Amino acid sequence: MLSDTERRELEDAVKHYPDKRGATIDALLTIQRRRGWISDDTLLEIAQFLEITVEDVDSVATFYNLIFRKPVGRHVAFVCDSISCWIKGCEQVQEQIKTLYNADLGQTSPDGRLTVLPIACLGHCERAPALMIDQDVYGNVTPEKIEQIVEKYK
Amino acid sequence: MERPLTQHIHPDGTTRTLREYVKTGGYSSLQRLSSGLAPKDLQRLVSDAGLRGRGGGGFLTGTKWSFVPMGANAQKPKYIVANGDEMEPGTFKDRVLMEGDPHGLVEGMILAGYAIDAEVGYIFLRGEYHLSAQRLTEAIAEAYAAGYLGKTLPGTDFRFDLHLHASAGRYICGEETALINALEGKRAVPRAKPPFPQTVGLWGKPTVVQNVETLYNIPHIVNQGADWYHRLSRTQDGGTKIYGISGCVANPGWWELPLGTTAREVLEQYAGGMADGVRFRGLLPGGISTAFMTEEHLDLPLDFSSIPPEVGRLGTATMIVLDDHTCPVGFVLNLEKFFARESCGWCTPCREGLPWVAKLLMSFEEGRATSEDLSLLKMHTKWLAPGHTFCGLAPGAMAPLQSALKYFHDDFERHISTRGCPWSKKLSQQRILV
Repeated sequence: MLSDTERRELEDAVKHYPDKRGATIDALLTIQRRRGWISDDTLLEIAQFLEITVEDVDSVATFYNLIFRKPVGRHVAFVCDSISCWIKGCEQVQEQIKTLYNADLGQTSPDGRLTVLPIACLGHCERAPALMIDQDVYGNVTPEKIEQIVEKYK
Repeated sequence: MERPLTQHIHPDGTTRTLREYVKTGGYSSLQRLSSGLAPKDLQRLVSDAGLRGRGGGGFLTGTKWSFVPMGANAQKPKYIVANGDEMEPGTFKDRVLMEGDPHGLVEGMILAGYAIDAEVGYIFLRGEYHLSAQRLTEAIAEAYAAGYLGKTLPGTDFRFDLHLHASAGRYICGEETALINALEGKRAVPRAKPPFPQTVGLWGKPTVVQNVETLYNIPHIVNQGADWYHRLSRTQDGGTKIYGISGCVANPGWWELPLGTTAREVLEQYAGGMADGVRFRGLLPGGISTAFMTEEHLDLPLDFSSIPPEVGRLGTATMIVLDDHTCPVGFVLNLEKFFARESCGWCTPCREGLPWVAKLLMSFEEGRATSEDLSLLKMHTKWLAPGHTFCGLAPGAMAPLQSALKYFHDDFERHISTRGCPWSKKLSQQRILV
C-alpha cells in the first residue's frame, strides 16, 4: 500500500496535469526513488491511485529505460555508449567495471552494490567518455579512475 | 562578437540566481508586453528576426506560431512546451543553457506562451539531466515568488503557469508528437500528422513544442529588435548558434558564434584542430541524424540555408568528428545500434529495418560481409527513406549511413576484401589515449 508520504508526493505530482494520467512518469519515478524498483504490486498501487488500468501503467513503465521493472543494486552505473564516448573508449570503461565488480551490462554485482546499464548519450560529449552513477555524472573517465569513482557508492 | 545567450554563464559551472539574472536585464522583456506589445506583434517581431528552430528542424518560429488558432473562439487552454529532451548523441548545448542560466528558459517560455496566448507551459526535460532539473525547479520557484509566473502580467490579462516534467529516458520523446504522448502519460510513440500539434496537441488542445535553445533567443529579440538579431548572424538566418564539437579534437567544447560560422573555423580556431597524431576524415555537423561532411565541405557556412540538401543539413550544430584512427564502419555501426535500440517499435520498417542494418554492419566488422551485404545496406537507405516510416527516426538514421557509403566506400570494400576490420585494436587504443 502507498505510504502517507508517497501518497502526498503523488498528490503533488498530479496537480501539474489536467488529467491524472499525465503524472504516470512522475508517479513511477517518485515511488521508484523510495522502493528502488517497480514491482507488479507497486504497478497496481500506482494504477489505482491514477485511476487507470495496470496495463496502461505498465505500457509506460516498460517503455522507459530509467524505470526498473526488476530489482537493481544499491547503486546504478550508467555507461554512456553513444558515439562521442565510443570514440573515446567507453568500451574499455565498461570492461573495467565488469572486471572490478563482476557485473556485465544488465547485471548486478554479486554483493548487490552496483547494477551496470548502458545509456544513450548523456550530453557530456565534450568530456567523453561519461559515466553516471545514480544522479552524478563523471566526465573524462578512464579505466584507471573507475575504482576511485565507485568508491563513494557503498 | 556578441554572445547574448551565454555571455553571463559562469565559467565555473555554477548557476545564475534570479537576482543576478534580473541585474543583467533578465525579465525586462516582459515590460514590452505590459506596455502594449500584442501577441500578433510579438509573432511578427520574431518572424522578422528570422528565428529558426534550434533543435535541428530549422523551422521558422514565427511561422510555427502563426498556425495556432487565436482569438476568443480558439480552444482553451493552449499549451507551450519546451523540448528539453536533449538526447541526440553528440549534443549538449541545451544542457549548457539550462544549467548555466535557467531563468532564460523561464522568460522565453513566458514570451512564447504570450505569443500564442497559452496559459500553461511545460518544460519537458530528459530524465538524465538531474542538475538541470534541480536548477530549473529552483528558477521556477523563484519566478513564482517574484510574480513573473502565476500572476496576471501588469497591463495585460495574461497569466502563465509553468511546470517541469522530468522524463525517464528514450530518444523518441524528442519527436514532438511522441513527446506529447509522453506528457499525457502514454507510451511515447509518435502520432500521425496531420492534425498538427498547433491545432490538436496536448490533451487535444492547440500546442506548440519548441527547442530549448530557440526559446532562449526570444527575450533578446524582444529587447533588441529584429535588425539587431539579423546583424548577429553572417547569413540570412538570424542570430547566434551554440556550436559544439566532440571526438578526437584538441579542445572539445562549445561556443556561441554567429550563425553561418564554418566547420573549419569551429574545428581549427576554437577546438584547436585535431588531437596530436590523428587526422581529420569527416564530421557529422549536428548530431547523428545528419549526413557526413568531409574536407570539401568545411568552408560551407553552417546555418539552415547554406548547406545544399544533397550535402546534408545542420541539425543541432554540435558536431562529431571522425578521425583516421577510427574505423568509419565501426563508427556507423555504433550509430545504427543506437537507432535500433531507440526505435519505439511502432512501425515495422523502423523496428525491423534498423536491427537488420546494425547486423549487416556488424558482419563487416567481424569479417563476414560480402558485396551482397554492401548492396543490402544501400537498399536500406532507400527502404527507410523519408515517407516509408511513421516518423523521422529511421530516415534520420539513414543520413549518416548513406553518406558514409558514399565518402568511405573504399573502407567498406576493404572490410570485405581483408575479411575484417583494418583498424587494429592497437590503433584504436592510440586514439583513445590522445
